[in-house]
Amino acid sequence: MRKTESNKAWLLVLPVFLLVAFSAIIPLMTVVNYSVQDIFGPGEAYWVGTEWFKEMLRSEDLRGAFVRQVIFSATILVIQIPLGIAIALAMPAKGWAASLSLVLVALPLLIPWNVVGTIWQIFARGDIGLGGWFVNDMMGIGYNYTADSLHAWITVVVMDIWHWTPLVVLLCYAGLRAIPDAFYQAAAIDGAGRWKVFRYIQLPKLRGVLLIAVLLRFMDSFMIYTEPFVLTGGGPGTATTFLSQQLVKIALGQFDLGPAAAYSIIYFLIILAASFVFYNIMVRVGRGDRA
Amino acid sequence: MRLRYLALIVYFGFLLLPIYWLVNMSLKTNVEITSGLTLWPQNLTFANYVTILTDQSWYSGYINSFIYVAMNTAISLTVALPAAYAFSRYRFIGDKHMFFWLLTNRMAPPAVFVLPFFQLYQTFGLFDTHIAVALAHCLFNVPLAVWILEGFMSGVPKEIDETAYVDGYSFPRFFLFVFMPLIKAGIGVTAFFCFMFSWVELLMARTLTSVAAKPIGAIMTRTVSAAGMDWGTLAAAGVLTIVPGVLVIYFVRNYMAKGFALGRV
Repeated sequence: MRKTESNKAWLLVLPVFLLVAFSAIIPLMTVVNYSVQDIFGPGEAYWVGTEWFKEMLRSEDLRGAFVRQVIFSATILVIQIPLGIAIALAMPAKGWAASLSLVLVALPLLIPWNVVGTIWQIFARGDIGLGGWFVNDMMGIGYNYTADSLHAWITVVVMDIWHWTPLVVLLCYAGLRAIPDAFYQAAAIDGAGRWKVFRYIQLPKLRGVLLIAVLLRFMDSFMIYTEPFVLTGGGPGTATTFLSQQLVKIALGQFDLGPAAAYSIIYFLIILAASFVFYNIMVRVGRGDRA
Repeated sequence: MRLRYLALIVYFGFLLLPIYWLVNMSLKTNVEITSGLTLWPQNLTFANYVTILTDQSWYSGYINSFIYVAMNTAISLTVALPAAYAFSRYRFIGDKHMFFWLLTNRMAPPAVFVLPFFQLYQTFGLFDTHIAVALAHCLFNVPLAVWILEGFMSGVPKEIDETAYVDGYSFPRFFLFVFMPLIKAGIGVTAFFCFMFSWVELLMARTLTSVAAKPIGAIMTRTVSAAGMDWGTLAAAGVLTIVPGVLVIYFVRNYMAKGFALGRV
């Protein structure tokens, strides 16, 4: 769209700016402030410079959590994106069946995150959960997600797939419905098979929504907290402790303000850098679509 | 074709089984839950639901959650509507940077903000109030609302604005009586998203409240006690948190897909 040049438009943006400034800039400044000081109590703070940053970057706990976080985010992206596309392709396009599938698919997204954790905590238990019982008794595997780190990992990944694949499905579904019928008719005249239709019509048209999906899934999986906290509590040991949980442990558990603040800034910068790259790709791809 | 429906049925089974199990458990007694695995309740009981709906310390959690979610949705929409209009219609100094900066707040891990929020709201005397949680949730809901609304607004041709101004409409009258009805689907979808993300978030809601505004998610943890887990009540509380979501999905089901694509498809 051709946009009018007018700086008065700032007046319309001002309320958002003030609100977000109150809830983002002030807290962020506090974090920066803490990250360079050692605080013993009110009025007793000492300048420590970059000491906390160095300590956090050297910290084994943080590195461990970071590695687990990257593996986790990569795993769920690799599974959720193709699965989401496949389900969206399989979903009916019209009628009551389409409405019903949409409502069913969206269901996990509306469940509070701690309840998602609770659902899987119950479902995966060997004694009272259907899922755990099935794996243990029907398949004869000694499955116990509270004791075995691999089992805990798989449970957390399966839970996340259950919880968030619907988002990818809904995005792709919207993208697919936006493809005009003429495209399919042209493909039929050219004698294109199912695979060719997908590769040369559907996939390119899904590019925009897929980027949104990847961006949202990357960001949200990188800050996952509540679900694994309820399901495994980060354990066994630290097997499923991700970045957010590690941070909350330092900040609210041990109340180590300086290290927690330094950690927060490092954490935020990582996400910011990754998101900046994603955002620029998105804008460029968006422009390509319009041309 | 048959394979396709088989795959869908398997997937929906995977989606629904854990939820079914929760519902199933909420209708059992604790004795039945722990004594063995039963696929449906042998002694059907609604006692767990009665516990929650008659105990003030339980159901107040739902009321608290509803209050801050409603406040958050109202605030987010009110501030996001004019801003989204500005982004979709005008070019101004710093518009692109402003838009990206807003998005970074959606990207910020809530865990980073928990501690400063805790102190900020305590300083302002807002700790343990509904408005504190509502404002905190604006951090991620306002950027998202601006993003979605901008997508929907860009779908409305600019000629409509210009015609209205020529016809002598002032900006507020045009916006309220001409423009907003045109994007009402977008507003509905945005409200849905604000509701959704505020309803499901717990970390901030839990940190910023203690008694008076405690959300249901935080109250659920008390089913863990010295006497063992109260599984039945926990499951019933979980089921009750799913109900509002189901109702909301039902209302927006026809617009939802487009909304998830942020109005950009």
